[in-house]
Amino acid sequence: MHPAYSVIFFTTLTGFGYGLIVMYGFALIDPTTLAGKIGYVIALATIGGGLLSSTLHLGHPERAVLAFSQWRSSWLSREGVAAVIGFIPMGLAAFGAIILGENWHILAVVASLLSITTVYCTSMIYAQLKTVHHWATPLTCVTYALFSLTGGYLGAVAIGSFSGHSVKGDAGLALAILVFTWVIKGFWWRRADTDRAPASIETATGLGRFGPVRLLDKPHMTDNYLNREMGYVVARKHALALRRITWILGLGAPAVLLVASYAVSGIAAALILTLAVLSYLAGTFVERWLFFAEARHTVSLYYGQSLENGLEQ
Amino acid sequence: MTSLPDRTDKKLGLVIDLDVCVGCHACVINCKEWNTGGYGSSLADENAYGKDVSGSFLNRVHTYEAGTGQNARVVHFPKSCLHCEDAPCVPVCPTGASYKRAEDGIVLVNEDRCIGCGLCAWSCPYGAREMDPAENVMKKCTLCVDRIYNENLPEEDRTPACVRTCPANARHFGDLGDPTSDVSRMVQERGGMDLMPEMGTRPVNKYLPPRVRNAGCGEGETSKGNEAEPDAQLGGFLKWIDKALEAMK
Repeated sequence: MHPAYSVIFFTTLTGFGYGLIVMYGFALIDPTTLAGKIGYVIALATIGGGLLSSTLHLGHPERAVLAFSQWRSSWLSREGVAAVIGFIPMGLAAFGAIILGENWHILAVVASLLSITTVYCTSMIYAQLKTVHHWATPLTCVTYALFSLTGGYLGAVAIGSFSGHSVKGDAGLALAILVFTWVIKGFWWRRADTDRAPASIETATGLGRFGPVRLLDKPHMTDNYLNREMGYVVARKHALALRRITWILGLGAPAVLLVASYAVSGIAAALILTLAVLSYLAGTFVERWLFFAEARHTVSLYYGQSLENGLEQ
Repeated sequence: MTSLPDRTDKKLGLVIDLDVCVGCHACVINCKEWNTGGYGSSLADENAYGKDVSGSFLNRVHTYEAGTGQNARVVHFPKSCLHCEDAPCVPVCPTGASYKRAEDGIVLVNEDRCIGCGLCAWSCPYGAREMDPAENVMKKCTLCVDRIYNENLPEEDRTPACVRTCPANARHFGDLGDPTSDVSRMVQERGGMDLMPEMGTRPVNKYLPPRVRNAGCGEGETSKGNEAEPDAQLGGFLKWIDKALEAMK
């Protein structure tokens, strides 16, 4: 599938922002401290920026308001509705904390429930697609939620360290959560590499009764929308190298930095933890890019491409 | 609008005979011609006279080889929207632009509501939807809804452009919800099949598989029994007789 930067920015950034909001709901961040207030600004900015980025993906963004209408059947519509409703308690809680210096915790709880709902809706847009079998698993929803919550927890630890909280124990738990998330993503990749494709060129054409089928001629000389959007092949050659980069940026470097934060204290620890968050975000950005670029669509069958990853070794 | 109708008694659709299609692409051209000037916005082309020409089409013909060795055969394979009963493109649409008509089962896009998110194209296993590069709205086969009900056209033209133009008569249009219709009987007699049935889309359009070849039509037997062919052994007077009698036929 074509990896659109707008959608990658959107899922990575909003995922992190929603994860932060959930940490306010769990009272892991004190919103009345300066760092807590800045955290709210970061959360709202990443969520708002991500949502705006997603509209760049549209052919007619001026009609985006229509996308709230079909929540009864469409996960994309549900995502939009949940995101907009979520802004109400989120915005009020942030207003209370930043302007009035009040901690309206109940609003933060409501906001975090709506945040998780929105992340779930986002993940279901992909998990519902039978046509992309790499995505069509509940594990997709689990990984989206875990990446969001892990990002939020890392953010909470960094924010806590800026507001003078001891972070020694928190960093240890963050390391455990980080490793857990990437182990689950490892399972997701393993499934993507070994899962049997749901269809073949033989069933796609119905010609399997005569034996193996192969494409002789494409219907056109140059690429079309279907090849560009669904038959994206650029990433596959470098998929394994990119996965290594993902592991290093998303897991290795943040893990080392979390451990390193034990060696120092105060502002030095806070800066090291901030670096860990940024590295983790860069890692999830590459992970999200691969999520799209490696995914294979059943329409590829009509163009003689395989649905299997062929990376199992 | 965005949910699928519970049922459609009328199921207008196509039956495509893979035994007959000769791969001439006339259906592709006539579809493009009609739908560029017909229903909805035009079917645009990008860089039409340049090197990387590209454009939106509602119907394309692939060519496959099926089987191996002596049993291999070439199959020309026209593909357009199958107007599925469980069309996955409809419920995913966030705006309600994509819909399936309850009265005749045709799947359409309301272009004034389409935001061009592309999710319907992602959900279609068959690649039946293409984004228009100029209008940024999703285009798909309308079953020539502006022809089949058009009383301004002569009756013989009230059929989809691809069906009307097919020189080999490989494409047929009708109501697949009516078991007595010509198309339904064709499907019944020839074992009409669904594409990718495992996707659970229940396509309305059916494909008639290529027929199994007749025995004895293989290598080295093509001229056997062809008695009109003058024997190569004939010469002189007998050859003249043979020619004269041939002329009297």
